[in-house]
Amino acid sequence: MPQVTFIEHNGTAHTVQAVIGKSLMEAAVDNAVPGIDADCGGACACATCHVFVAPEWEAKTGTRNEAEVAMLNFAAEVKPNSRLSCQIEITAAHDGLVVHMPDGQH
Amino acid sequence: MNDAPFPPGLTDHEAYSLPLDKLDVSQGRLFQNQLHLPYFERLRREDPVHYCADSQFGPYWSITKYNDIVAVDSNNKVFSSASEFGGITIRDRRPEVRRESFIAMDAPRHDDQRKAVSPIVAPQNLARMEAGIRERAGKVLDNLPRGEKFNWVEKVSVELTTQMLAILFDFPWEDRRLLTRWSDVATADIAAGVVKTEEEREEILAECLAYFTRLWNERVNADMQPDLLSMMAHSPATRNMTPDQFLGNLILLIVGGNDTTRNSMSGSVLFMHRNPDQFAKLKANPALLDSAVPEIIRYQTPLSHMRRTALADQEIGGKLIKKGDKVVMWYCSGNRDDTAIENPNAFIIDRKRPRQHLSFGFGIHRCVGNRLAEMQLKIVWEEILKRFDRIDVVGPETRVFSSFVHGIEDLPVIIPR
Repeated sequence: MPQVTFIEHNGTAHTVQAVIGKSLMEAAVDNAVPGIDADCGGACACATCHVFVAPEWEAKTGTRNEAEVAMLNFAAEVKPNSRLSCQIEITAAHDGLVVHMPDGQH
Repeated sequence: MNDAPFPPGLTDHEAYSLPLDKLDVSQGRLFQNQLHLPYFERLRREDPVHYCADSQFGPYWSITKYNDIVAVDSNNKVFSSASEFGGITIRDRRPEVRRESFIAMDAPRHDDQRKAVSPIVAPQNLARMEAGIRERAGKVLDNLPRGEKFNWVEKVSVELTTQMLAILFDFPWEDRRLLTRWSDVATADIAAGVVKTEEEREEILAECLAYFTRLWNERVNADMQPDLLSMMAHSPATRNMTPDQFLGNLILLIVGGNDTTRNSMSGSVLFMHRNPDQFAKLKANPALLDSAVPEIIRYQTPLSHMRRTALADQEIGGKLIKKGDKVVMWYCSGNRDDTAIENPNAFIIDRKRPRQHLSFGFGIHRCVGNRLAEMQLKIVWEEILKRFDRIDVVGPETRVFSSFVHGIEDLPVIIPR
């Protein structure tokens, strides 16, 4: 199973086992990582699983889809590397992935 | 612990006495008397995407299941919120009194106007506001009578949410109850008697516009401040609004910030009273507020529905919704859908996934103030738990006659000495 690391706004890191075929958001929620609310449960309808993908990983996590762009439009503190983690499907290539979290999910 | 799907003593005869095609869940009296839950339970079971051909609001579709509601709410290209088609409530306003606001507007204009005000509830601003919210909540709670009956809605819920709103607008403090009045007037069902006619409603809302226009004129020429009016006055997306759009956005922000949290605050006292085991759990472990707060908001569902208008034919749940049809997403029903939420009729403060509820809506119109609402509820309960062993509800509550605002007007309580 690929290992992925979520880094909270205050710097606390959480390294967890992700499941291939599930989403990055689920890796956080299933392992009780604080700071990923995922209110809509993965429907790309709330923007509360917002993460910043470390630059060296952007190529492997792909680009935002249309619905994701629409939802991210309303998140606080959006950056060029902002993604909704429910829209990133885990593959073997994501072993070692690092993402940072904003200081709140809206 | 389990609340029955309908109040004890009531049989379900009313909800099941009519043929399916005559079922009309839009009647305010159903919500006022808490009869709506068995109606929706029947619809979810027998006809989850339901067409009502004839009601006081005209024909409409009801979307009653959790996943169908998320699908409609997320599909803003087909399901429009625009005021020109009727906006976001089941009640169509007459064309001459329809007004825009960013909730009743589609992308991209919606996006720009929403972004003009959304920073007020960004994490840094919430952190800035927290101490003030706690201080005001403490003051209100400290001044409550002990050992005598009073209306929790009036003395706590209305007072605290109105104070919050006055802070957000930087509204003259001594006049803040005007905000409550305008909120009530804006949403009232004519049959409920708050206003007797649409003309009377418009007259009172014109006073609201005049008052706020005075404030706008002061702010637009002053430096930018972190209040909602200054933010609108200084944003390119909102500074040239017509008076009607300005009033539309004011009503949106007043109702959104006032009527909703007010009713969750009132409902929470009722839920704790009726579920003493849950209250005991919370008292023993106040950290459970992190899950209790979203559970309160789910259980209350302060806005029973949001409405959309189909811009194209679209299938939902096996039914064909036609272009131009009115579509009502019943959040109050989706929040009790047992195919999405386990044991949904029970109030459980430590649910596994408490944030998975529909009360804030989903998609681009999702409640902009959701985190502020949660923070207000959390703080008021933290302060309650510090002060009171219990709050006894000592009589039946009085509810609002409305299928839109799911509200409580009177909640008689006694806080023991």
